Amino acid sequence: MSNHTTIMVVTANDLIDGDAVWLTPDKDWTRDIRKAETIENERAAQSRLGEAESHPGKVIGPYLAEVRHGPAGAEPVHFREIFRTRGPSNYPHGKQEIDPGVEAEIEAEIEERICVSV
Amino acid sequence: MYRYNDFDNAFVRERIRQFRAQVQRRIVGNLTEDEFKPLRLMNGLYLQLHAYMLRVAIPYGTLNAQKMRQLALIATRWDKGYGHFTTRQNIQYNWPKLSDVPDILEDLAVVQMHAIQTSGNTIRNVTADHFAGAAADEIEDPRPYAELIRQWSTDHPEFQFLPRKFKIAVTGSPHDRAVTRAHDIGLRMVRNGAGETGFEVIIGGGLGRTPIMGKVLRGFLPARDLLPYLEAIVSVYNLLGRRDNKYKARIKITVREHGIEAIRQRVETDFVLRRNSFAGADQALLNDIQNSFRPPVFIDAPVNSFDVARKNDPDFDMWVKTNLTGHKHPGYAIVTISLKTPGGTPGDATAQQMQVMAELAERNGHDELRVSHEQNIILPHIHKSHVPDVYNALHAVGLATANIGLVSDIIACPGMDYCALATARSIPIAQEIAARINELKLERDIGPLKIKISGCINACGHHHLGHIGILGLDRAGVENYQITLGGEATENAQLGERAGPGFAAREIVPAIERLIHAYLARRKNPSETFLETYRRLGLEPFKVALYGEGRTRHAA
Ligand code: SF4
Repeated sequence: MSNHTTIMVVTANDLIDGDAVWLTPDKDWTRDIRKAETIENERAAQSRLGEAESHPGKVIGPYLAEVRHGPAGAEPVHFREIFRTRGPSNYPHGKQEIDPGVEAEIEAEIEERICVSV
Repeated sequence: MYRYNDFDNAFVRERIRQFRAQVQRRIVGNLTEDEFKPLRLMNGLYLQLHAYMLRVAIPYGTLNAQKMRQLALIATRWDKGYGHFTTRQNIQYNWPKLSDVPDILEDLAVVQMHAIQTSGNTIRNVTADHFAGAAADEIEDPRPYAELIRQWSTDHPEFQFLPRKFKIAVTGSPHDRAVTRAHDIGLRMVRNGAGETGFEVIIGGGLGRTPIMGKVLRGFLPARDLLPYLEAIVSVYNLLGRRDNKYKARIKITVREHGIEAIRQRVETDFVLRRNSFAGADQALLNDIQNSFRPPVFIDAPVNSFDVARKNDPDFDMWVKTNLTGHKHPGYAIVTISLKTPGGTPGDATAQQMQVMAELAERNGHDELRVSHEQNIILPHIHKSHVPDVYNALHAVGLATANIGLVSDIIACPGMDYCALATARSIPIAQEIAARINELKLERDIGPLKIKISGCINACGHHHLGHIGILGLDRAGVENYQITLGGEATENAQLGERAGPGFAAREIVPAIERLIHAYLARRKNPSETFLETYRRLGLEPFKVALYGEGRTRHAA
């Protein structure tokens, strides 16, 4: 692995509607990745994940995902996680439908990163 | 169409009742996800990227107007107003809420539909030729056999925990439109020397991580022996199939590891024992089923209006050329409705479009509809005098795209826009290719060319069988697309060859365009298809078109 610290968030899907959610510092779940708690230490990340797994009544399938710090909070790194912050590309459904603002703010940068070839 | 008997009805209702209680217990926290997951999967409920997804079985792709209307109603009442028709002839809803799913299943049960065995390591929904019962080249309608298999496999106690999922496809025509060689079991109806109907039984086909074309296990199986023989195959597989490694668990690997000869011996031995225990009950059942698949009462009427419309309306004529197929009854045609509108999502239909298709089936189509594995909808029995009306009604709701079998009639799996297993997106690639082809105005000139796109190695988009196949991968955190060439999904089914290193998302459409231009430049004459040119010339000239002369190009 590279020598920069990996910054993680705990993410999952909402139990009822399946929408992507992230764990906040006060142990609640948010639909806005920027409000997620960022964890920079592997042990802490594992223990947060363990806690998340222990409230199965709210979410489904929690896992750790890498993020980086952006101006407004956590930002996804991998394109799969980027898609989870907005919804599908063929219809304006999912998060981009509920809060177009979320999309607008990160759209430009996302496009740039998804399309970087070589 | 087959109608549920009391047993079927009671069974489906009971399953919904159980599932409603299970969902309730999950929501209040009495069931963990680990406990609940196999239960929801048994009922077709998956978790995807942004939401749950409900996969509804459409047995052998056959629907009537009432069912199609109900699918439309469910799309409106419980989802976002559309549904996605899949390469397994099913429909998927992309946005159901967990708490609503039992009600959705109730709505399905009203029209004798369900989502059972659309997931899990069981015998999945049986698929069949989408032109069944209408095709001019057909020996016999394969759907009664498909229905027999459905009834036999549904909740079959011996086969609820197979090593892996199990897919069966049936065709009644020598022209294989059901891709029988790419299934765990493929059944191709044939006649023996005495003129009796039977099946060529193919096993061990499949795409995915290890694509293999099926092998013939039995050249002629008398139709009456179908169930005991199938049961013998699945039973041998159940015993021999590997449970230690999910990637080696499909029957194609069992066949590879043991050899077709050893499998054949075991199956034949087991078959003899099983045949006796069937004692004719299956034949009585088949008889009943066959009665519910009687051909419609076809009409005889003049077809002048059809011919006149073709002369007067060039758009209609163009659509007729691509979207109509010969029917076994004179004066009739099989109409394929393209769900591949340029710019649209392959396989998607809105609730309104579903309503219109239902209406047309009822009014002009002997109440029959089919879903094709190529993600289109078929009206199998339209009298030619009704075709102009059908066309106009389709046109009014954006369903008159004239592109069946052409470049923009692309198969694309949901990919990373929906699917949790995906490694890249497929839908936007399909959309961009279709848009580009539309701009170039070359589609008609190019002629038959099948592009198939999968968003991961699982190959739901059948990319190995595309004349041009595209596989989306994740290469170091960037979407990357690999091209295969020369695949074919017919009775001459063949796996495509990998062309070379993959392309980044923004490079893939230009790469496809270069392939098309290479074909146009090299074909012998306009009637030589892309595939024929490829077969004649091989990979090399297309490789040069993709990567340049003598250059080894490195992937993104
Ligand atoms: S091929 Fe992969 S990405 Fe596409 S639907 Fe199948 S599992 Fe999902």
